[in-house]
Amino acid sequence: MDIGQLINSILNDPDQVFVLTKAFVVGKFPEGAQPLVSILLSILPILSVFPGLFALTTILERKGLGRIQNRMGPNRVGPFGILQPVADGIKALIKEDVVPRAADKVVHFLAPVVIVIPVIMSYAVLPVGRNMVAIDLDAGLLFFFAVGASTELAVFMAGWSSRNKYSLLGAMRAIGQMISYEIPLILSAITVVMAVGSLSTTSMVDAQAGYYGWLPNWYVFTPWGFAGFLLFLTAATAESNRSPFDIPEGESEIIAGYFVEYSGFKFALFFLGEYLGLFAVSGLAITLFLGGWHAPLPFLEWIPSWCWFFVKLMCFIVLFIWLRGTLPRLRQDQLMNFAWKFMLPLTLINIVVAGIWRFLEPGMLRWAVCAAILAAAYVLLARGLTAARGVAPREYRYAEN
Amino acid sequence: MELAFVIIATVTLGGAVAVMSLRHLVHCALALVVTFAGLGAMYLLLSAEFVAFVQLLVYVGAVAILIVFALLLTRSATVEPHQGLLHSKVAGVGIALLAFGTIISALLTSSRFDRTQITAPSLTVRQIGEELMTRYVLPLEVIGLLLTAATIGAVVIAMDERKVADRSKSAEPEHAAEDKHG
Repeated sequence: MDIGQLINSILNDPDQVFVLTKAFVVGKFPEGAQPLVSILLSILPILSVFPGLFALTTILERKGLGRIQNRMGPNRVGPFGILQPVADGIKALIKEDVVPRAADKVVHFLAPVVIVIPVIMSYAVLPVGRNMVAIDLDAGLLFFFAVGASTELAVFMAGWSSRNKYSLLGAMRAIGQMISYEIPLILSAITVVMAVGSLSTTSMVDAQAGYYGWLPNWYVFTPWGFAGFLLFLTAATAESNRSPFDIPEGESEIIAGYFVEYSGFKFALFFLGEYLGLFAVSGLAITLFLGGWHAPLPFLEWIPSWCWFFVKLMCFIVLFIWLRGTLPRLRQDQLMNFAWKFMLPLTLINIVVAGIWRFLEPGMLRWAVCAAILAAAYVLLARGLTAARGVAPREYRYAEN
Repeated sequence: MELAFVIIATVTLGGAVAVMSLRHLVHCALALVVTFAGLGAMYLLLSAEFVAFVQLLVYVGAVAILIVFALLLTRSATVEPHQGLLHSKVAGVGIALLAFGTIISALLTSSRFDRTQITAPSLTVRQIGEELMTRYVLPLEVIGLLLTAATIGAVVIAMDERKVADRSKSAEPEHAAEDKHG
């Protein structure tokens, strides 16, 4: 195949531009080197696109938070301050790397590395477009959660090796929170596994193809899918230590938690790991509930599939920035109560509802039954919990009218 | 295949040696994680996908954290380097070799490991799930029940007894009065 044919086939099907280009480049190499080149060409985009997205998100977040807090945000570097990430990156690189004298040097050095590598590995199973997944594993979802499991260990390494009480406190908080929210996270994802009958991420996307009239066939538009999506989103926010679940960092109480003793590029690596984790889990939410790379409306299908994935990802990023700017931080006991007493029972009920949905006849009855069970569970749990804690409408003694 | 095996085996064994030889308990725990991860990679190399991922999820994600927490909460992280049972290194190495030799000779003479007949089974996650839900459903349920009972038991042990007694003693009106301030 020569370059002209390549351009022709890309023009015929712009959706497959990256897939075709990769096949073209791989074909130019000798037979023996082809598997290696193919692997490298799958990894390189992941290593370049998502950290690039991280740079874009830092400026978006600072601008967005500035707007929410009625200030300008960064506006000095480049037009409207859009070159701020470049300046930040150079600053992080040339800054002095301060390591506390009492710190455990080796573990202190390894922690930022251990936090970034598994997160990047988890992108391997995210389908970002039609035929665009680095490895299509049979147990892709399990892989995602398995590599994500080492994040807690990295957080512990950072907090413990710094020999700083704020670091250790932050690490303890972070690990407690991550373990608590991992359970609802995985349990809410299980509903989709039940519906699809597979752990492979590509078959999850395939199962959500097609439309009912104009409504896309996504799982978020079913009662259990909607509940599962909200539960997954909440647990994902807590998993990635984002506001309002950012007590491990709690700037006003424990300065920055487990990475308080890091400076320079190691600090930047922690930020990178945190944001990449956020993107990965958002990508998984898109894959599980929002139809992956499928277009939301039938007449929009001419837009390439990878565009849709990134449009959805950007929506998630904007949502997270909005949440961070507008919600106050939870307290530790509220956080734990919410995870164990509210989210965990609700996810378990949601699994049962997904089972009922599977075995009832398609139609309005199925919809009504499942939605009614979930709504009743939600209301009863919320009412029961607030009654048990003796929460009542606040009475104002002096400020009445 | 061969190169991958050598790398993974070196890392796994290196981790295992580090667990035994490092002096600091937290370092030992972290080295143990390397061994767990190496074992997971080895399962993956043997194309046992499901077992590999579960190994990572359970051992790296849960067991390692448990060990580390236990070390921190029992304040053993600052324990002094201790002397083992045997003071002579020669005796230690001798006993280790003897134990290793016994296990290897037992394995090599065992009839259960007929090396000529081994064919790699192609097992998908779907097959494992179907087996778990049909043939092994009773053991699965029993394990689930056992784990639930253990969790409830742990919560009961961890519960502050004084607080529970207080709560059951305190009458309703008192509660209502408290809430007005909150």
